[in-house]
Amino acid sequence: MEEYRLELRNVSKSFGEVKALEDINFQLGRNEIVGLLGDNGAGKSTLIKIITGYHQPTSGELYFNGQKVDHLTVPKARELGVETVYQERALAELQTLWRNIFLGRELCNSLGFLDIQRMRDETHRLMTESMGFTSHAISPDSRVGKYSGGEKQGVAIVRALFFEAEIIVLDEPTMGLSLKEAAKLVSFVKGIKQAGKSAIFIDHNIFHVYDVADRVVVIDRGKVAGEFLTKNIGLDELMAKMVRVAETGSFD
Amino acid sequence: MNSQTNGTAPAVNQRYKLPFNIRRYIRTNSAQLGILGVFLALWLIFIISAPRTFLSPQIYTAFMTSTPFFAIMAIPLTVIVVAKEMDLSFPSIMAMGMVAFSFVYNESAFIGSTTASTTVRVFLSIIAALIAGTIIGWLNGFIVVKFGIPSLVVTIGTQFFWRGAVLVLTSGANFPLEYIKQTFFYPLLVGKIGGFLPMQMVWLVIVTIIVWVLLNRHRFGAHIYLTGDNINSAELMGINTGRTRIQAFMLVGLISAFAGIIASFYVAYFWPNLGSGYLLNTLASVFLGGTSVFGGTGTILGTFLGTFIIGSIDAATVAVGLTGFLTQLIYGFIIVLSVIMHTYLRKRGE
Repeated sequence: MEEYRLELRNVSKSFGEVKALEDINFQLGRNEIVGLLGDNGAGKSTLIKIITGYHQPTSGELYFNGQKVDHLTVPKARELGVETVYQERALAELQTLWRNIFLGRELCNSLGFLDIQRMRDETHRLMTESMGFTSHAISPDSRVGKYSGGEKQGVAIVRALFFEAEIIVLDEPTMGLSLKEAAKLVSFVKGIKQAGKSAIFIDHNIFHVYDVADRVVVIDRGKVAGEFLTKNIGLDELMAKMVRVAETGSFD
Repeated sequence: MNSQTNGTAPAVNQRYKLPFNIRRYIRTNSAQLGILGVFLALWLIFIISAPRTFLSPQIYTAFMTSTPFFAIMAIPLTVIVVAKEMDLSFPSIMAMGMVAFSFVYNESAFIGSTTASTTVRVFLSIIAALIAGTIIGWLNGFIVVKFGIPSLVVTIGTQFFWRGAVLVLTSGANFPLEYIKQTFFYPLLVGKIGGFLPMQMVWLVIVTIIVWVLLNRHRFGAHIYLTGDNINSAELMGINTGRTRIQAFMLVGLISAFAGIIASFYVAYFWPNLGSGYLLNTLASVFLGGTSVFGGTGTILGTFLGTFIIGSIDAATVAVGLTGFLTQLIYGFIIVLSVIMHTYLRKRGE
């Protein structure tokens, strides 16, 4: 049997009385891009936050490369190669660019003292090589709060890439982006696949998801309603099914 | 500790260095330059209106004698405020540290069967006071983090609690600490170098440098800024914001106990209301120095200058020839104007 990069078995999550997720079984293969679709409140973000270690599942098991992982935390998930571009971007807007790039992963020596010059050097390199930032207003020492929406998203994405990620999670990455920026993002996600990595892609825009994903998983009311290989289903058919699920809770 | 990057960071060949630009320098350091301007302007006013006082060294020795008692605490308090927390209990921690001090001193007359020397007893007592302060700070942080209660509320409570504990444990009595004068800790903590420079000023500078390094050059400080700026982002990116905040409260506890030792040693006397006059002076210094109550921004240097502005107004009002009744009015005026200035500078800087 092929070993999955990531597998969730019977994962449930409750917040008090509210059942956010129920018996989720989810697999992410090697070099696969999975699109997660579902209406608002279907549980997509909760699922993501379990994978990134932010929430602990109420029950169920997580496997990374076939190995069971208990008590996943955010630092542990990052060590396992999960990098996330959050819907809320997870930036500290009053801080400088270099502090944001290395947020939670500061380069420091064994005593915890920061290697500021190296972080600024790396930030500068990433800015010019990966983000394509050329504006004079942006430097490693400029504050992230004054950037445009697209620039902020660029920071969040480049940050995920800098640390050698095996699984890249993108939660609504095109939200607030211009058409051109969104197109750039889609080509970037295709680049993840070419680089031999895996990704989970969540977006409201079904066209973007269909365009880049190998497989689409539809989540509805905290459960997996179904999944489709994009090569086996047409875009029109997928859209029709999505509407039907949202209205009736079943595909047929 | 995940301080490495899994070896992924490629070696950088070209070093990044921006050419120096005076306008950018002013913009990025506007808060510190702003308070430096206020500091220098006030100083100039003092010198012009009372040249005989402010051109002689005695007044500066006086400032350096009395200001460090609360300035030492304003430094770690800056860290707490940057982390978007608040601590009002530090004056009580000062006194509680001294209670631990006197308990250990009284109990350590005989260690085993030998008689302990005064120096050893005072040394153990100092350690006890510092540990007590750190534990109280930890408890503040623990309550704030584990129960999710705003620290302003928690420390209003603990401030009363520990002051009450001091009164109960000492029965409200004050007592002399003459014995400390026999030990070298007395000149070490509150002596005077060359008859001019008080040791408490030297300790203030040492504390300032240590905390500056922690806040600006250490992972702890990086996490303090990120936690105060956006705690949600910090948690999503894997920062243990609870531990970071508890450590900040412990730092305030430790240094407040130290300030209590210094203030008590200076008069060689213990008062159960030790520290109670320092609450607002200390807080005012932090905000005067440009630290934002909304968290995420603030500098140690700003606070340092802020403490000396607060510490000098009292003496200066009298020296300039104004009535002492004006002191508080001038305090209020300078604090409000400075905070308005900082808000304006922050908006422009963004």
